[in-house]
Amino acid sequence: MVEQSEVRVVRCGGSKINLRPPIISTDSRFVLCASGDSVKVYSTRTEEWLHSLQGHTNQVTGITLNPANHLQVYSCSADGTVKLWDFIDGILIKTFIIGYPLFAIYVSEKHDGIVFLHIAMDTDSKNECFQLVAVHLPKSAEQEVEAKELSAVSSRISPNPSCTAFGREGQYIAFARHLQLNVYFFRKQKTYSFSLKATDKKGAKNAFTCIACHPADDCIATGHEDGKIRLWRNFIHTKEYTYSTQHWHHNAVNTVCFTPEGTNLLSGGIESVLVQWQYGAGNRKEFLPRLGGSILHVSTSSDGQLFCTSHSDNKITVIESSFKVCGVIQGLVKGDAVLTDLMIDPRSKALVLNGKPGHLQFYSLLRDKHLYNLDIVQQEYIYEAGLDQFEVVKAAFDIKGYWLATVEERGQKSSDLEFSLKLWAYDERTQSFVLNTTITAAHTDRIMSMCFSSSEETTMLVTTAEDGQFKAWCQGADADTQQDQNFWSCDFVGSYHNLKPTNCSFSADSSLLAVSFQEVITIWSPDTWELLTTLCQPPGVVRDLCFGQLSCSKYLIATTTRNLLCCWNLLTCALEWSTSVEVSKLQPDPLSENVAAFSYQSKHTDLFVFKPNEPRPLFTHKNVCSEKMHRAVFVPREEPLNNCDESSQWLNRSQLYFLTQNMDLLTFSTATEEDRMLSSSKRLVIDDSVAVTPFYLLLGKHRQQQQKLNTPSHPAADKPQQPQGSVTITELLHTPAHVLPAASVLCSMFVSSLLISNTGVRQDPLREMESSEQEMNSEKEEEHSEEEMEACDSQQELRAQGSVDEVTPKLSKAQERELKRVRKTDFSWMAGLIDSKP
Amino acid sequence: MASFKPTKVQFLPKLGETVTEDTLYWKNYKSPVQIKEFGAVTKIDFSPLPPHNYAVTASTRIHVYGLHSQEPIRSFTRFRDTAYGGSFRGDGKLLVAGSEEGLIRLFDISGRVALRQFTGHSKAVHMTSFLSDGFRVVSGSDDLTCRVWDVPSAVELSSITEHTDYIRALAPSKLNPDLFVTGSYDHTVKVFDMRSGSSVMTMQHGHPVECVLLYPSEVLLVSTGGRYVKIWDLLKGGQELVSLKNHHKTVTCACLSSVGNKLLTGSLDRHVKVYNSSYKIVHNFDCDASILSMAVAPDDEVVAVGMTNGVLSVRHRKHKKDKETLTSRRRRGPSYRVFVKGKNFVPRQDDFLVSKPVKQYLRKYDKQLKSFAVSKALDTALQTWTRTSKPEVTVAVIIELNRRGTLKNALAGRNEESLTKILNFLLKDERRFKMANYDGDMRANKEEFTAFLHPEEFDYMKDIIVLVRLDNQNAKKCLPYTFAVIFCQCLLTLMLFQTRMTDFHL
Repeated sequence: MVEQSEVRVVRCGGSKINLRPPIISTDSRFVLCASGDSVKVYSTRTEEWLHSLQGHTNQVTGITLNPANHLQVYSCSADGTVKLWDFIDGILIKTFIIGYPLFAIYVSEKHDGIVFLHIAMDTDSKNECFQLVAVHLPKSAEQEVEAKELSAVSSRISPNPSCTAFGREGQYIAFARHLQLNVYFFRKQKTYSFSLKATDKKGAKNAFTCIACHPADDCIATGHEDGKIRLWRNFIHTKEYTYSTQHWHHNAVNTVCFTPEGTNLLSGGIESVLVQWQYGAGNRKEFLPRLGGSILHVSTSSDGQLFCTSHSDNKITVIESSFKVCGVIQGLVKGDAVLTDLMIDPRSKALVLNGKPGHLQFYSLLRDKHLYNLDIVQQEYIYEAGLDQFEVVKAAFDIKGYWLATVEERGQKSSDLEFSLKLWAYDERTQSFVLNTTITAAHTDRIMSMCFSSSEETTMLVTTAEDGQFKAWCQGADADTQQDQNFWSCDFVGSYHNLKPTNCSFSADSSLLAVSFQEVITIWSPDTWELLTTLCQPPGVVRDLCFGQLSCSKYLIATTTRNLLCCWNLLTCALEWSTSVEVSKLQPDPLSENVAAFSYQSKHTDLFVFKPNEPRPLFTHKNVCSEKMHRAVFVPREEPLNNCDESSQWLNRSQLYFLTQNMDLLTFSTATEEDRMLSSSKRLVIDDSVAVTPFYLLLGKHRQQQQKLNTPSHPAADKPQQPQGSVTITELLHTPAHVLPAASVLCSMFVSSLLISNTGVRQDPLREMESSEQEMNSEKEEEHSEEEMEACDSQQELRAQGSVDEVTPKLSKAQERELKRVRKTDFSWMAGLIDSKP
Repeated sequence: MASFKPTKVQFLPKLGETVTEDTLYWKNYKSPVQIKEFGAVTKIDFSPLPPHNYAVTASTRIHVYGLHSQEPIRSFTRFRDTAYGGSFRGDGKLLVAGSEEGLIRLFDISGRVALRQFTGHSKAVHMTSFLSDGFRVVSGSDDLTCRVWDVPSAVELSSITEHTDYIRALAPSKLNPDLFVTGSYDHTVKVFDMRSGSSVMTMQHGHPVECVLLYPSEVLLVSTGGRYVKIWDLLKGGQELVSLKNHHKTVTCACLSSVGNKLLTGSLDRHVKVYNSSYKIVHNFDCDASILSMAVAPDDEVVAVGMTNGVLSVRHRKHKKDKETLTSRRRRGPSYRVFVKGKNFVPRQDDFLVSKPVKQYLRKYDKQLKSFAVSKALDTALQTWTRTSKPEVTVAVIIELNRRGTLKNALAGRNEESLTKILNFLLKDERRFKMANYDGDMRANKEEFTAFLHPEEFDYMKDIIVLVRLDNQNAKKCLPYTFAVIFCQCLLTLMLFQTRMTDFHL
């Protein structure tokens, strides 16, 4: 038995970013959203992921800006802590330990030092009861504080966090549950509740789905399950309250939100149309249609210039107040199920699976970034619940990535099944796939599987269908359409005793095609379309089929429904070995002989990795996950690892990713890999001498200078630097221009560095700093962003002083600013220049 | 924000409709001139010398027409019974014709009375022809004999009885005066040599031979019969080169164009097909009735086709001159300069280009679909022009409505007028489908199809349509109206089903 600690299962990227409403920072430069167990910070302009705030150990369930300091953000998590972050620098400021799993967080300007949290009332009972509690955050200098002052505001509230909202100036808090709207007034310490009937005469469903309070007026907007929006007024009295109803959405309203001035109300639902209602103008509204998946949350920036919508297809859209989309932040789209297999695009090495309805998504695993969507169906998607839409169900790449074959399908019942086979060619110019051939009714019944031949000369596609036939498709050679030889047409139709074919697979050199017909595997020669031999190992229908790779290409491996894993030798046409194991997924590694088999037994999934030429597994991993898993893929590594350890050798060339039924994307990571990652992060934290990260290098440099300032008698403390000139120059040349700091900044830095070396004022670095800073200041007036920095309140300064520059606490304010500014920009190579100069 | 994706209209590729020089050449004919004859036109023959007059054998007459005349220049009417096979001699001065009574007559082209009469055949003579020396006439008759006659002395030189059925095809060799080819209803094609006095080659056509034809090089021989056209190589001892089956009824005649030796075949299925040198069809002339005879003038000036209903249809080639007169008559539109105004501006090197955003233009039905006006979109798609000339658009919109699940809504609340429109469209489609089935290319889906459409239910439904049409006044409250809506939906699903099936057939 191999050691379990060597290789472990890790969750990898692509987590949900649409769980909770995203928030926009006060200066409208950043969008923050809860994603898995971290908070991600994106830029609103470039839509790039800047960094993430990591520290929670469980799902982050809520984020909100600190009303006392707009550069700080509170986050709460299911691990029972509330953390306070500086989101620009990504620094954890404080941790408040609450002790219960938290589900949402609310703050109000009026209630300083108090956060309102959703906690589960009773974790044991089946019906989920939630409680709104106010927590007084203790003021203390420590990093971790336990907050024990909990006072319940209300019990029995809706588990949906958008059903709670703060009213005007934090005077009251409104929360709804089922058919009841409650308003709690803090001054009176009293709750008023208003309830609706379950249904009215027309059968409308009146349950509350979301709630928003007007920022300046005593008005509460509520969204309902049947698509109505009600505006409640005069709710200070239990009896004399009024409400007006507006109806546009045809399905449940998922979110309502007032703009900060309260002039407009934004609402969204499953239709994926953002509706802007003019407040107080009756029925005047504006629409922004076709935003993507159904809208889950809407939030606005504090100046009302930007709106943010998060969608069910794991997407955040940034919208200007003029109702123009200005940015899209797309995560890995996970629907209810992945119908296509997980695939790897041979060109971009991106993970390909179906994402948005009717699309294939290309997702870079290395950068954890959504690359693009490929529209397969090319039809208008109708956002309506319960409509039978076209879905991409099968997709396959050829070995070079020139061709992509897709099958789209509509209709659950076989009587009204519609499907079409499409072939896409890669276009070098547009760097994308272009539709080449559409084959409607390629078969008379549902296509079961398809695969491309793996030879490099001729590309051939084989499809198997429930109509008992398998067809081979070839490019060109169509006598009827003479003008273009570039289209695909049917080359061969094969069948075997009227049995239904299930799987097909080409051998590594494409000289053999294996098609399984229920219990029988037939081997064909694709050159002559001759049936070479049949292999059979009853009982049990063949479930999965693959050829061995590289040196094991003479083996054919198949799994059957009767828990049998068989391996045939194709040279002797005899069964080499077979073993009784229930395999749910068989995945060969294209870069090595290894084959991974996932087996689901007694409520957990085990992994076996074996080579076809030896029946003993190379590696076993018990209890990979508790659900059944059905999709897996080997992703080739950019640079192979050189693990000598036997248990992790199979991960050297490629990495195994798999998708569980709960749509979690997991992978295996080895000790070496983790070491490597750890070392890089260590270098980030500890190692001052080696210039690796931009940030640390410059900071380290400053520290050295400061140390020198403190101990001027230690010039030798300056460690010898490697000659880095060439590296620096290459980095300068290779860095994209748009991420470089402004040329004026570079120049002044460079000039100042020259000043040091030439005049030799090395013994007085403080003066040097000041001189360069004066130059900076002259530029500062031109730069708008700098003014915001100056506007930063004094508390922030103090905190920064305490945390970062504890060595020299008596630095002047101007120096402080300079330092902070310097920290934000990437100057590593610049520092290299400076260092290499003397 | 994604833009609206317009409805996908599925265009099925037109097979074999590639434009080549051949298709352009054969398209370049004027619409046919129709000349009424007295009976079925059995033979057309062009005079080999200019002016290329042509002799048309129909009923008891032979008319000689000039190339551009619609009235006969000359007619030979001295036949007691139906005349057959009037053909010119190589110098265009003599004409020979057989007849139903078995007599063969020889006419001078300028005279009226027969110069010679060859008697000897006991049954109808369908084919007569001069041998290439011009002094002998060969004839094929229903009495199973082929006879060769001497023109000057009017005596029978030889009689060969090798065929076992009527001889209905004959072609003399133009290079050798002693060779001729006959085809017979006994399914054989025979090559006779007068020097040996017997057949030197026999080929099995497999069907009653209607026509034989020799290529000018006399290496290739064409025989037609049944639905087949077969090409034989005489140098290889009569080996079959190609067998063509492009007509769906008996191929009755074949001829060669004089430019490029393209093969033309005419058939009882009312089509003339033109083949290129690799025997692919390049053009197709449609006629009104079954074709019995056909001839092409030298230089392909005229294609004359004779039909069973006694109509001679003559197509003349278009010439450049004609086209010019046509274009000069046409009203001149705005000049090219107007259209390119300002669009051919080439920016200079340091110009900053601001590209205009591409505006998405939507069709009317797409605009209506975009605003979810499903009923209006269906109306737009069912407009007469769209319905008749672009039925694929109508079908695409109906399929799109079905995909959106709003077909029922689109059909609801319609008056009988618009319902009839839909029904007519659907029924027309169905008729066409049935016609397509008549040819027998229906496949395994037939069972499904019939099961789907129970005949008794269908008749019942037909009654309902009639009811709807009759009951124009108070259709809205009567019961059949609702039935009609149901029927409509039923038919629509049927049609969707069909389109899927036709896709499959294609």
